[in-house]
Amino acid sequence: MAVRVQEADFDVGAELDRLTTGNRRIGGLAVFVGLVREMHVREDYHKDRVDALTLEHYPGMTEKALEEIEAEANRRWPLEATLIVHRHGRMDPGERIVLVAVGSPHREAAFAACEFLVDWLKTKAPFWKLEETPAGEKWIGAHTGDDQAAARWEKKS
Amino acid sequence: MKVRYFAWMKRTVGVPEEDVEPPAAVRTVGDLVTWLRARSPGHAEALAEGAAFGAAVDKRTATFDVVLADAREVAFFPPFTGG
Repeated sequence: MAVRVQEADFDVGAELDRLTTGNRRIGGLAVFVGLVREMHVREDYHKDRVDALTLEHYPGMTEKALEEIEAEANRRWPLEATLIVHRHGRMDPGERIVLVAVGSPHREAAFAACEFLVDWLKTKAPFWKLEETPAGEKWIGAHTGDDQAAARWEKKS
Repeated sequence: MKVRYFAWMKRTVGVPEEDVEPPAAVRTVGDLVTWLRARSPGHAEALAEGAAFGAAVDKRTATFDVVLADAREVAFFPPFTGG
């Protein structure tokens, strides 16, 4: 289990090698890589060109929140390896923002846990996106689709 | 205690963080919000009733009924948009 928040880019191949080396119980590795899009389609379907994206976060709380999400995934599925790397700072379109990788003996748990981690980190980890567009800087509002995606995983009590 | 603001709230309030000493009557996160609103028009706008923002007490997500007790740091922020 590992969580990292960093300004620098990451090497996906090297990260996955490090995650799986020495663990032969892993039969499937599900990976999500989030990238900076050059176009932001807003909820009213108006499109904005994005020249750059700056991700602000809350140092200290971010790491705690990601660790809690990762621990929750490990409680829900039989996982052998989990990794979350999230960048902050200014990024250009095409750059990698986030890496989520999940290794499990079987693919079902790996796919499900990977999707869960991405859905929850979008709504439960303190990151905020500021877009630079031709019209100026814009803080991105929460996407209702993200809340709905995260809510799918809430346990009914 | 230290109060921190993130994303657009930082700009609306005018400062990223400030040290405050609320009176003893300020017991919960919600009490603190009400008390902070009176500090400036920027505070009142950022922390307005009905505005979409969340809070954390000592770096843990907190609802407005959470009691501050010996909290050292309280943060206010818009909904998260990471990933």
